[in-house]
Amino acid sequence: MLLVAAVLVLAGPALAQEGGEAYRDFPIVGSRVAIWVIAQLHLLFGAFVLAVPLFAVTIEYMGMRTGDQRYDDLAHEFTRLLTMAFSTTAIFGAMLLFMLLGLYPKFMSYLSSIFSATFLPYVLLFFGETFSLYIYYYGWGKLSPRVHLSIGVLLNVIGILVMMVANAWVTFMTSPAGIDDSGALVNVWDAIANPTWMPINIHRVIANVAFGGSIAGAYAAFNFLTAKTDEERAHYDWMGYIGNFVAIVALLPLPFAGYYLGREIYAFNQQMGITMMGGVFSWLFIVQAVLIGALFLAANYYLWLGMARIEGAERFRPAIKYLLILLTICLMIWATPHSMVASLEESRKMGGAHHPVLGFLGVMSAKNTAVNLMILTTYISFLLYRRGNRIATVAWARSGNIAQVAIFVGAAAVVIFLGVYGYYVEASVRIGFSVPQVGAVLFAMIAVTVIDAFLFKDCRETGGIRWGEISPRSQYALLLLAISFTWLMGLMGYVRSGLRQHWHVYGVVRDTSADAFTPTLGYATMVVSVTVLIFFAFLVFIFWLSRLSQKQAYRAQS
Amino acid sequence: MPDKQNGRGLPVIAQVALVFAGAYLLLRFSVQPPIPSSVLGMYMFFVGVSLMLFVSSDDDRFAEFKRPLIQLLTAREHKVPRLVLGTVFPLLVAYLGYAGAHTEIAPPGQQRTVHPAPPNEIDFKGKRIDVLTAENPFRHLAEEEPEAFREHVARGKDVYYRNCVFCHGDNLEGDGLYAHGLSPIPANLADPGTIAQLQESYLFWRIAKGGPGLPVEGTPWDSAMPAWEKFLDEDEIWEVILFLYDFTDQHPRSWEE
Repeated sequence: MLLVAAVLVLAGPALAQEGGEAYRDFPIVGSRVAIWVIAQLHLLFGAFVLAVPLFAVTIEYMGMRTGDQRYDDLAHEFTRLLTMAFSTTAIFGAMLLFMLLGLYPKFMSYLSSIFSATFLPYVLLFFGETFSLYIYYYGWGKLSPRVHLSIGVLLNVIGILVMMVANAWVTFMTSPAGIDDSGALVNVWDAIANPTWMPINIHRVIANVAFGGSIAGAYAAFNFLTAKTDEERAHYDWMGYIGNFVAIVALLPLPFAGYYLGREIYAFNQQMGITMMGGVFSWLFIVQAVLIGALFLAANYYLWLGMARIEGAERFRPAIKYLLILLTICLMIWATPHSMVASLEESRKMGGAHHPVLGFLGVMSAKNTAVNLMILTTYISFLLYRRGNRIATVAWARSGNIAQVAIFVGAAAVVIFLGVYGYYVEASVRIGFSVPQVGAVLFAMIAVTVIDAFLFKDCRETGGIRWGEISPRSQYALLLLAISFTWLMGLMGYVRSGLRQHWHVYGVVRDTSADAFTPTLGYATMVVSVTVLIFFAFLVFIFWLSRLSQKQAYRAQS
Repeated sequence: MPDKQNGRGLPVIAQVALVFAGAYLLLRFSVQPPIPSSVLGMYMFFVGVSLMLFVSSDDDRFAEFKRPLIQLLTAREHKVPRLVLGTVFPLLVAYLGYAGAHTEIAPPGQQRTVHPAPPNEIDFKGKRIDVLTAENPFRHLAEEEPEAFREHVARGKDVYYRNCVFCHGDNLEGDGLYAHGLSPIPANLADPGTIAQLQESYLFWRIAKGGPGLPVEGTPWDSAMPAWEKFLDEDEIWEVILFLYDFTDQHPRSWEE
C-alpha cells in the first residue's frame, strides 16, 4: 500500500502530463462528484487518524502521571481503532490520487509543476508516520513508558506535518501565492505559506481533535448500547465521557479558529468573502448554525444526564432549566438569517427581505455574542458536572464561589456590551471587537478553572460516580455529536472548496469542464449527506472489526 | 395519584404544551411586523427540541411525561379516546397535506435575497477598475481638504436627487415614489445592514452596472436598478457614494490596519 502511494505520488507529474486531454469522464455520477466523495472520505478518516494520537498520547501521559492503569488501557484501546482507520485512510488517499490523475490530468500537471518539491518530503513523512504508528501500537507495554510516550509524541509531530503539506496543496487552490501573472512558479515556500494555509492548519488541528473525540465517543456509545455486562457498560460509559470531554474541549475554541479562517478568506478576496458569507453559500451557514446548535445542545444534554449517576449532583439540577433557556435563546439568535425567506405578503409587511427588528440579529455582532455566550453556558454545565460529588472544604470557599460568579458575570457583560456597541461603530472596528469578546470568554474559563482547582483541593466527596448507570439516551447524544461533526465537516469543506466556483486554482487555472458550475444547495447537501452515510458504514465496520479482534480465539470459545 | 412533577399541580405533558403554546404566541404576536413563517418555524423547532431535552434530562420527569401517552395508547379503559385519536390524527394529517397542496393563487414567495458577490474587476467606459482595491478618489479629502470634500458631497447630493430619489426616497430609506411599484422594494440605504457593510468599490460596481451587471451565480436576480454607467461619469458615481454615507452618517467598510 505504502509503496503504491509512494510510486503514485512521485510518478504523478509524469503520469499527469501524458496525453493532451484536460478532463476524462467518470461514469454515472461524473468526475466532480466522484472526486468530491472520495476526497471527503479520505479527509474524514485522515482527520480521525490525526486526532486520535493527539489525545491517546495525552491520556497515556495522564496514566503515567497518576499511575492509574485505566488511562493506559483506554489510550491503548483508542490506538487499536487507529491502526484500522489508518489503512482505510491510505486506501482512500491512493484512490483520490489515482482518480485525480486519471480524471483531471491537466490540472494535476499544473499542481505538480508548483508542488513537486513537496512530494518527496510528503512520502518520507508518510513513511515516518506509518512506522511510528506501528511502533507505538505494537510497542505498547513492551517499550519503556518514557520511550513509548516519546514515540507517541513523534507520531503526532509527523502526523501534523503530513497534514500541513497536504493543506498547502489544497489552500493554494483557494488563495494562490508564489506565482507570476502567467501562473508559473516563482517561490515554492510562498506557494506553501499562502494566505489561507496557516488558518486552515490551525482550524483543522482543532477540528480534528473535536471530531476524533466525538468518533471515539460514538465508538464507546455503540459498545455501551450493545454491552452485555455491567463491567462493559461501566468501561464504555467512562470511555464515552472521555471522548465527549475531548470533543467539547476542542469544540469551544473552534468557532474562533473558523472566524479567523473566514476573515483571511475575506481579506484575500472580497468576492470569495461575499460569496461565502452573504452570497450563494450563505444559506449553508444557516444549516451550519443549526448543526452547531445541535452540537452544543447534545454536549450539554450528555453532561446533564451524566449528573444523574453522580451522587450529590442533584443539588445542581435546578440550574439545568436556566442553562437550557440561555442556550435556546442564543441558538435562535445564532440561526437567524439576515435576509429572510418570506411570502410576498410577509415581505410587504417587513418592507423588504430584512426584518426591521430581527434583522439586527442577522449580523456578526449578534452572532459573535450568541456563540460566546453558548460557549460560556457549556462551560458552566461542565463545571457543575465536575463539582457533582464534591464539596469545597477550604476556608475561603464562599469568597472563591463569589469570585467565580463575578468572573462569569463580568465576561458575559463584556461579551454583551461589545456585541451591542458593535452596532454603533464601523465595520473595521466591529470586526476587531471579536478579539476582546473571545478574550473575555477564554479568560473566564481559565480563571474559573484555576480557582476551581484550588477550591476543590482536598475537598469532601458526597459519593462516587456510578459508571455504567447513565441513561441510554445519553449515548444517543454521543452518536448525534459524532454525526453532527461529520456532517459539519462535509458541509463546511464543500463551502471552502466550492468558493472557488469555476476555478481549479482561483484566478489562475480555470475549470473548463462540464462541471464548471455551482451545484444547487440541495444537490450539494445530498452529496455531503450520502458521503456521511458511507463514512459511517465504514466506521461501523471498523468498530465491528475492533470488537472481533478482542474476541477469544474460535477454538478457545468452543 | 395525579400526574405531577416536583409537587406542582399541572401534569408534565400539560406544562410542556403550555410552554410551547406560550412561546408560539409570544413569537407570533409580540414582534411586529410578524416574523416570516420560515423563521418562526425554525424558532419553534428549537423551542420544541429544547423542551424535549429538558423533559428527558431527568428520568423521573421523562417517565411522568410519557405516562399519560402510554396509558392512552395501552390502557383498556382508554379505548374510546384511543379510537377518537386513531380517527382524528390521520384526518388531521390528511387535512394538513391537503392544505399544503391546495394553495391560493398568489405571486410566488420572495426568496431570501443574497448579497451578490462583485467581480474582481469591471470595465467602466473602457477603463479597467479593480473592484477589490479601488478607493474613492475623494475620500481622502475629508481629512486633508474638508471644504473640497463638502463640495464633492454636495455634487453627490445633486446627482442623488436628480436620479436616485425616485426609488430610494427623500431620506434614502428605500421608500421613493416608485418604490412600491417594485418587488423587491429598493434597498434602504439608511439601514446599518446595507451600505455600512460594504466597501465603496462595491457600491461603485452596483451603481455602475446595476441589475443587468449582477453575477451569474445566485440567479435569477430581481433588481430594477439601471446600469448608471450609461448616464453618469466616474466622478459623479464616486460623489454620489460620498453623499450616501454622509447623509446616513455611516462609514464604508474598510480593512483593519
